Amino acid sequence: MNTASVSLGASVSSQSRFMQLALAAFLGIFVMGFVGFSHIDAVHNAAHDYRHSMGFPCH
Amino acid sequence: MTLFRNVVFIAAIAGLVAGVVLACMQAYATVPLILKAEVYEQAGGGHDHAAAPAAPVENAGGTMAISSAAPAPAEAMAPAEDEGWAPADGFERFAFSVVANIVTGIGFALVLVAVSEFAGGIGNWRQGLFWGLAGFAVFTLAPGLGLPPELPAMPAADLVQRQIWWWATVVATAAGLGLLAFRRSLPLAVLAVALMVAPHIVGAPQPDSFETTIPEGLHHQFVVAVTLTNLVFWLVLGAVVGVVRGRFTGTATSLRDSFA
Repeated sequence: MNTASVSLGASVSSQSRFMQLALAAFLGIFVMGFVGFSHIDAVHNAAHDYRHSMGFPCH
Repeated sequence: MTLFRNVVFIAAIAGLVAGVVLACMQAYATVPLILKAEVYEQAGGGHDHAAAPAAPVENAGGTMAISSAAPAPAEAMAPAEDEGWAPADGFERFAFSVVANIVTGIGFALVLVAVSEFAGGIGNWRQGLFWGLAGFAVFTLAPGLGLPPELPAMPAADLVQRQIWWWATVVATAAGLGLLAFRRSLPLAVLAVALMVAPHIVGAPQPDSFETTIPEGLHHQFVVAVTLTNLVFWLVLGAVVGVVRGRFTGTATSLRDSFA
């Protein structure tokens, strides 16, 4: 399979590729964690219905 | 950083679409049940923290953090909540839910796109459906087995312990599914099954008592609604990633190749 023609960043080295994908994944986890899991009351109350609707641990 | 930029771009579009779809489904399927449960909650005298001894301590810490950051006169005005600022019922509350859906939709999409790129990428909408199913299994099904979606006022164990168990289950299930899908070795397959079963053998933190004023029928309806809305969310998310990525690269990998 010719991966170079189908990957999103064909020209980058494999190490840089790993770093960029890992960075994107951590950014996603950080966003989810902040909105869905942070203990700040204002964040909890703002996203209250969302947390319950996603089955995230709440209260 | 072209790869990073492309991943963020695809995740933003997919998260936006799937988040809006999920918010619409929640407005009809889950939020009415939450509002019903809050009637029981208020009849029972506010948030049921009696079952979670550690919760009030954390709330006190959180309130202090908030009040030191911004003096909040909203405390007196907050409707039906004695714990800091909260959006007003009605449109404001709905609007914040929509924002939360879109923001975390993009978060889920970032994880999905980044992880799938390691495995060759999601080439089309059909591959996206299968990646979406995997996301559903990892983020909804597995944690939901030990910690079923709760309604307000339902008894629950300590929040931090439940959050730790939730994340550990997500990581273990994701690792197990990844091993099953991408490694062709029997011992690793056995390890994969063990990884997926282990969190449930350890067991999710449970409350001391399951006594609640919430009718069981209402809770059951809620569990079904949460599970199904999340299933659709993940299928839409995966499919949109596949479509957008296909447009981006102009080519599509076959399922056979990407699972090689």
